[in-house]
Amino acid sequence: MKKIATGNKAIAEAVKQALPAVVAAYPITPQTEIVETIADYVTSGQMKSRYIPVESEHSAMAACIGAGITGVRTFTATSAHGLLYMHEMTNWAAGARLPIVMANVNRSLGPGWNIWAEHTDALQERDTGWLQVYVSTVQEAYDTTLMAFRIAEHNDVLLPVMVNLDGFSLSHIMQPLDTVEPGDFIPPIHLPHAIDTKNPAGYGGLTGPDQHFRFRWEIERSMRDSVKVIAATEKDFADRFGRSYGPTEEYRCEDADVILIAIGTLGKEAEVAIDILRKEGIKAGSMRLRWFRPFPKLNLAGKEVVVIDRDYSFGYGGIVAHEIKAKNRCEMYSVIAGLGGQEVTYDDMVEFVRQRRMGEEFWFGVT
Amino acid sequence: MIIAEIPKEEYLKKCTSACAGCSSSLILRYVLKAAGEDTVLVVPACCTSVIQGIYPNTAMNVPVYNVAFAAAAACASGMSEAFQALGRKTHVIVYAGDGGTLDIGIQSMSGAFERGTDFLYICYDNEAYGNTGMQRSGATPLGAKTTTTPTGKTVEKKDIDAIAAAHHLEYMATACSAYPLDIYKKVAKALTFRGPTFIHILAPCPPGWRYPTEKTIDMGKLAVKSGMWVLYEREHGKLTITAPSKAAMKKPIPLEEYLAPQGRFSGIDKKSLEILKQQLAVNLKKLAAEEAEP
Repeated sequence: MKKIATGNKAIAEAVKQALPAVVAAYPITPQTEIVETIADYVTSGQMKSRYIPVESEHSAMAACIGAGITGVRTFTATSAHGLLYMHEMTNWAAGARLPIVMANVNRSLGPGWNIWAEHTDALQERDTGWLQVYVSTVQEAYDTTLMAFRIAEHNDVLLPVMVNLDGFSLSHIMQPLDTVEPGDFIPPIHLPHAIDTKNPAGYGGLTGPDQHFRFRWEIERSMRDSVKVIAATEKDFADRFGRSYGPTEEYRCEDADVILIAIGTLGKEAEVAIDILRKEGIKAGSMRLRWFRPFPKLNLAGKEVVVIDRDYSFGYGGIVAHEIKAKNRCEMYSVIAGLGGQEVTYDDMVEFVRQRRMGEEFWFGVT
Repeated sequence: MIIAEIPKEEYLKKCTSACAGCSSSLILRYVLKAAGEDTVLVVPACCTSVIQGIYPNTAMNVPVYNVAFAAAAACASGMSEAFQALGRKTHVIVYAGDGGTLDIGIQSMSGAFERGTDFLYICYDNEAYGNTGMQRSGATPLGAKTTTTPTGKTVEKKDIDAIAAAHHLEYMATACSAYPLDIYKKVAKALTFRGPTFIHILAPCPPGWRYPTEKTIDMGKLAVKSGMWVLYEREHGKLTITAPSKAAMKKPIPLEEYLAPQGRFSGIDKKSLEILKQQLAVNLKKLAAEEAEP
């Protein structure tokens, strides 16, 4: 069904259709519309879920964990400070092998208070064992949320999935949304280690140095196996509903000499910059990283790469740039732009590519 | 009810890794007998995290969900809601120490109480962080030595019962490891209520309180007889003092008889002792007055 929706509404719509048994959430700007919409669906009977209005994000994730271990589907949504406040429990959720789906509306971290888009919040969660995907349109936010439940709950994965969307520049903008009837696209959840009082077991108790690493390895093995599950899920989604995405979205990369890489909405905006650069005779293409964990295999050999990081690791550099560098041999120009919602237009991106100084880092707007 | 009527089923096996004379494992044994097999225990970081054994072994015969220190009540909220969604009547019981209740877990406990989560929250209180070697907690009494209050705590014990009562719980109670039948009855009763219930149980700790292991039961009884610990129930807000405390309140034994056998109170200064005595008297008077005229 075709409609117009914000990124937040699209997420809520997908969650309504995936029908988690339990949603536990705490409000934070710019995520609020997601939880308000879900609370409204539950209150009005449109969604037969139980909504737990917890007193903090730490408790939101704890409640999803407590619900999840009974074997039911769970969902939460957060942003920035909320995400970091639940950091202890995001680790717990992955370690407990619970396929929780969470929408994270990417936002800057204080101080000072800044509610606009930045990716440092989610990237600080990259080592928790969560799958991470970054979306760029309202339609993609909806489609990816539906896929996230199926991927997380697949018995070869059983890891939580974080669907990231940019604060305001996607959470609050209106775009066309074509909703689907998911049918059996998301099969019923089956958690093999769900609590069974007839067959009592201990969960997460003392685990010695002779055992703990085995559980860590199991997480990594499932993370690697998730690559196939993601691909199969995206293919089935494309077959059923006609829209396909992939681990990265490439634009005019085939014959490109220089590739502009970004995640989220900037990665989409980059396509406009590429068209302008092509008109100037610069053989440029853009690549939007969609899945960040598991980190995709990229084909950048022999290319000049310009990476826009809407995030930063102090004393080191742009996080995305360095993640790419660690896995690929390529010449790179690292641009730090868009922090705390700093405006970055496609004209600015054109300039980043034109001025590229390989091997250097450039902070946009800092003079 | 007499002790012989307590079910023979054991849900806490004898192979625990508890310290000798551990009263919290004694409490847990009776809690689980009262709750029965259709029960899930949610345990934040505390002595019980260790007592249950090391993976892949467990001394527990009910599912135990171990969770982060601050998260027990919120985890129970999710679990309780999920069981309701599944149409199951499984009891969800948080079994948390005083640190996980009065200090780091107080926010999630308050949230779960306020939301009306259907669960029982049990705080077993050994008045310090026992699992990590006896550092002070909000439950440590004035004057008690711990590893982080080496000359004795200079501030009073937090009144968690008053805080719990402020959530207008339909049922809350106090208990003590020296009175297992009372624990059994109170847990069984708490589980008949829908919504949040709370039981605060004193759990004397031989290594932490520094008394011989065989004195654990005596220590609990001295706590009650001196009036330092009062057993009661608060049902729909109405206070009822439990029998052993009723007798003790009429003629409490001198507080020194409770403090003297405990190394943690050795050399307590006169001023702290005086304050403890004054507070004890005020508390007993207040509770007696409330019971007489609710």
